[in-house]
This record gives sequence, structure tokens and C-alpha cells, in this order.
Amino acid sequence: MSVDTAPKPRQRKLADIEGVEIDKVRASSNRQAYVVLAAAAAVAALLWLIGLNPALALVLGYAGYLVAVYTVYRAVAGKRVAADQVARGLVLGAFVVAVVPLLSLLYTVVVRGGATALDPAFLNQTMNGITGLQDQATQRDGAPLIGGAYHAIIGTLIITGIAAAISVPIGVFTAIFLVEYQPKGRVSQMIRFLVDVMTGIPSIVAGLFAFALWAVLFGIGTKNGFAGAVALSVLMISTVVRNSEEMLRIVPNELREAALALGVPKWRTIAKVVLPTAASGLASGVTLAIARVIGETAPLLVAVGYARGLNVDPSQGPMNTLAVYAYYMFTKPLSPGFREPSLDRAWAAALLLVLIVVVLNLTARLIAKAFAPKTGR
Amino acid sequence: MTATSAPEAQARPKRRPGDIVFGGLSTASAFSILLILAGVAIFLISEAVPVFGADPAEITGGEGFLSYVWPLVFGTLVASLVAMAVATPVAVGIALFVSHYAPTRVGTAVGFVIDLLAAVPSVVFGMWGFQVFAPKLVPLFIWLQEHLGFLPFFESASRTGRTLFTASLVLAVMILPIITAVSREVFLQTPTLHEEAALALGATKWEMIRTAVLPFGKPGVIGGTMLGLGRALGETMAVAIILSPGVFTWNLIDSGNTTVPAEIALNFPEAAGLRLSELIAAGLVLFGITLAVNLGARAIVNRRAEFSGAN
Repeated sequence: MSVDTAPKPRQRKLADIEGVEIDKVRASSNRQAYVVLAAAAAVAALLWLIGLNPALALVLGYAGYLVAVYTVYRAVAGKRVAADQVARGLVLGAFVVAVVPLLSLLYTVVVRGGATALDPAFLNQTMNGITGLQDQATQRDGAPLIGGAYHAIIGTLIITGIAAAISVPIGVFTAIFLVEYQPKGRVSQMIRFLVDVMTGIPSIVAGLFAFALWAVLFGIGTKNGFAGAVALSVLMISTVVRNSEEMLRIVPNELREAALALGVPKWRTIAKVVLPTAASGLASGVTLAIARVIGETAPLLVAVGYARGLNVDPSQGPMNTLAVYAYYMFTKPLSPGFREPSLDRAWAAALLLVLIVVVLNLTARLIAKAFAPKTGR
Repeated sequence: MTATSAPEAQARPKRRPGDIVFGGLSTASAFSILLILAGVAIFLISEAVPVFGADPAEITGGEGFLSYVWPLVFGTLVASLVAMAVATPVAVGIALFVSHYAPTRVGTAVGFVIDLLAAVPSVVFGMWGFQVFAPKLVPLFIWLQEHLGFLPFFESASRTGRTLFTASLVLAVMILPIITAVSREVFLQTPTLHEEAALALGATKWEMIRTAVLPFGKPGVIGGTMLGLGRALGETMAVAIILSPGVFTWNLIDSGNTTVPAEIALNFPEAAGLRLSELIAAGLVLFGITLAVNLGARAIVNRRAEFSGAN
């Protein structure tokens, strides 16, 4: 653009630039890599068949693949291509490392919890009056499993519902404040900062806060559903604000200007133009926020306590929720000598939780996709 | 559509009741966030206060609050740092896979899988870690003890696998999604011109990533890593279920050690009186640490956004 009067920098050679190696590269394709991969897989399978630990066989096979692919490409195409192929192997390996635990977890949850979760008795009964004796009968004598998670399912719905009823208005209105009323300036900068801080609150600290607040308001040791809902709201509001802010921000300014130019009051512009345009995004953001808190255990353990029977009144005493139910069944089986029935219940509750979370996530995506405003004109 | 009152309206916009209510609601909501955060700090402090006036002999351990809380804080930091060290390279790998290796459609699918990983409740991770993952690690622990037993970290091996190291690895899986998400975001922002310039000079894909993508994304990766650290610090149920807790030890592959959140979760339901205040005070300490880490992370991520050449 402008005439450069500064002294010209010394002409640098390509080889001087950091990270550039001048080395001949010969033409190559990925075909050799697939061959090496197949060979490595065969070696890993062989190691496993001769009695090596499958995980160890896999790790050795993978390490062998990296070494072999380097050697082959170094010979075929040179050092730089060899490094490129190793990097490709590492990146793909990272992906596999993340997927393996997820698959193992989903498999375990489905296999361990599947049968119990489909049992109508599990879905319709509470733990009222169930003791270790019944579990003993189930495991030793083959009696049907009695005692289920009905109360926990209802409790989860009530507490999460109240939490959503508190967080969604606060979160959406805060987002409206940030986008429509104070898009710039010190105040909104501070609010955004505080939302960031809120995102980082550990879930158990949110629970302790609700417990401490209730201790001051209603006397020490008061645990009930509302306290749990408050704890979940602390975790949920920040997610709702962030998701909603993003969605309101992508509403085109032309729509606002068109409405305001027609003489529509600002609040009606927001309520009738901005919010409907962003509705699908808002709904999907709220769904994701619910999915985030519905599996929370620690805050509810602290603020709501644990109930064996059905309690539908969130202002009166402890309630049960699926996550806390799973935790108690898993760590404190009814009968320490006969743990299987309790573990079955725990895994079934875990399966229900995972199903709920997956369904909520899929719903959020579908809402966002199906009702997305048509772009382009 | 007559314009009779237009000049007046221009001089002083009418304050409609609807606007006042709507604006008031938004402002009140925004400031309620300030109230909630202040409330968290104030109520935690008010319930924790008895600990600081108490006779040191009455605190668990009998030597005052500080000597009670420091092993917990230390355990928390060790578990989280190990988790961070394990998760970061893997997360950067996945982020690169999504942003630069996989075709768009595969990348979207991978993004969904990673989101799923983020959505699995922590109690389920805990149960899985206890029942499936921990036993699988026992041979590794025994091998570590036999070959590296001279190091204080691998002195004796657990036969159940319920160790701080196991908990750290599960934490690593749990913080993968957040680090991946932030890294992927900055990698995708790499100016295309930089990438194309590198490729035009004859760089291989890996050289392009090393010279164009990674230097550009470094602050983002660091910020994402610290956000992951913040999450690991506060993670409760997975550690509470997996770890077989005990007193402080340097040995990572046997039972022992515990973390602040796990200590609270395990002891809170039965706690009363001073013990309650003690646990709330421990929670306050945890709140302070995560606050510091998260603020640091945000500062780094935001500084990147301001100076990013991609805007």
C-alpha cells in the first residue's frame, strides 16, 4: 500500500525460518499407511490371542504403528512426510482415546441397567419400607426385585422444573439487558464478567450456598426441594445467559430497525420481533442448560438430602432425585452382604439419567435445526 | 400515518409503561446476578465463621483449620493437575482432528460425540470409574510399583484400583470436552491466508499446523486448559465414588489422599455443629481457588479475542 522507506530487512533464506526444513519430499500417498495400520492391527490381535492384556496389546500395536509408519515413509518419501504421517496417527489416536471411555461407559450403563430400567416395578415403586431383607431374598432366593426409583424420578422433575422456572426468566432477561439495553459500556462488561465468574462456581459450592442460605432463613439444617432448586439455579443461570445472549445477538439489526421505524415501542419490538426470531435458539439453549443440571448430584446431596419415599412438596423436608438415588444405591447398598439388587437399581437410575440427557441434547439440536430462521433472501 | 406529533415525539420520546416494566425487569435480572454472587460469598462466610473462632483442638485433626484443610487442598491440586496434564494433549489432538483433518460431516459428528461426553452426569462417570475402569488399572499400578517403585509416587500399588491416580484419569476424561471445545474454536479461527501461505511454500500438513495453527491458537489452548483445570478442581462425585480416601500421602497409586469436594460430599450428610462449619469453610477455600483459576483463564481467552487477527 504505502511506499516502504524503512531499511529492507536482510533477505532471509527459507531454511532460516523457524520450523521450515529444506528436505526433499518425494511423491507419496496414504496407501502405505493403511497397509502399516492393517499390519499393526494384526500384530495387536496376535499379541492379544497369545494371552497379553488386550489394553496392553492395543497400546503396543499403536506404538508399533507409529514407529513403522515413520520408518516406511522415511524410506519412501523423506523425513518431513514421515513426521506428517506420525502427526496424523497421533491426532487420530487422540480421537480414539476419547471415544473408548465413552463407548465403554455407555455399554456398561446399558448392559448393567437395561433390564432393571425396563422393569415396571422399578419405575412404579419407591424405596419405602424396603430393607436389606428384601434384597437378600432377591439375590439369594431369586425373588423379584422390589423397590424402585419412582420417587426419585418425580423428585428430579419437580426440582429441575423449579430450577428452570427460576433460571429461565432471570437468564433470558439478563441476556436481553446485555444485548438490547446495554450492548456496550461498563455495566454490561461487569455483568458479563460476573456471568463468567458464575460459570466457574463448583457445583458443590452452589449446594453449600443453598444450604447456608436456608440455614440463615429457616434455621440450620433445613433441607428441602426449594433449596435444591436454588442451588441448581446458581449453576443454570450462567448457561442460560450465555446461550441466550449468543442467540439474541444473531438476530439481524434490520428487523429491530424496521420495527422501531414503524413506531413500535422498544419493549414490543423485543417481545414481538426479537424474541420470536430467536425463539428456537433460546429453546435449544434452555434445553441444554436443563440437560446440564439434571444430572447434578453434589448440590442436591448437600441441600436436599435423601428421602426413601415419595415427597412431592418441595417446601417440606428431603426429596429424592435420580442422581442422588444412584449415588446412595451404589455406595450404601441396603444389604452390604447382598449388594447386587442395590447395584442394579443404581445402574438403572444411571441409565435413565443418561437417556434423559441424551434425549435433551438431541431435542436441543432438533429444535435449533427445525425452527432455525431461514437465512438468505 | 399522519405526522402531526412527530416533532414533539422526537424532542422527548414517550415513556410507555410497557417500556418501563420491560426495561426494569431486564435491569433487575442483570443485577440479580451480582446479588446471587455476593450472596454465595456472604452466606458461605457467615456459616463458616464459627471455625475461625474455635479452639484448634476441636477441629478435625486437633490442630486447627489450616492443618485440616491443606492436605485436602493439596490432594485437589494434584488430582486436577494430573488430569489437566493428561487431558490437554488429547484434547488438542481431537480439536485438530475436527478442525483440520476430518471432513466437515465427520467433524460435526465428532463434535456431537464430544458434547455427549460433556453431558454424561458425573455420578455415572464415578460408577463407571469404580466398577469398570479402576480394576483395569490394577495391572498397570502393579507394574509401576515393580519398576518405578523407588519413586515416592509409586511406592505401593492398590489391589482395587481406587486411587487418586484413577480419579485423576477419570477427571481427565471429564474435562476433555471443555478443552477440546475452546481449542477447536481458536484453531478454526486461524487466518486461512496463513495456512495457505504455509502450504504454498511446500509445507506438509503437519508443518502447516505447527507453523500457522498452533502459534495462533496457543493462548486459546492455554485458556481452555485452565477452564478445564477449574472444572476438575470443583468436580465432586466422580472423585467421591472412585477414591478410597485417607490421609495425605505422596503415593498416587494406593488408597489415601482426598479432595476438598469429595471430603464435603462424603461427610456433609452426617455432619452437625462445628463439623458443618468446617466443611463449609473448606468449600469457601475451594470457591476461592476455582475463582482465581477461572479468572486467569478468562483473562487469557479474552485477551486473545481482542488481538485476534481473525476479526
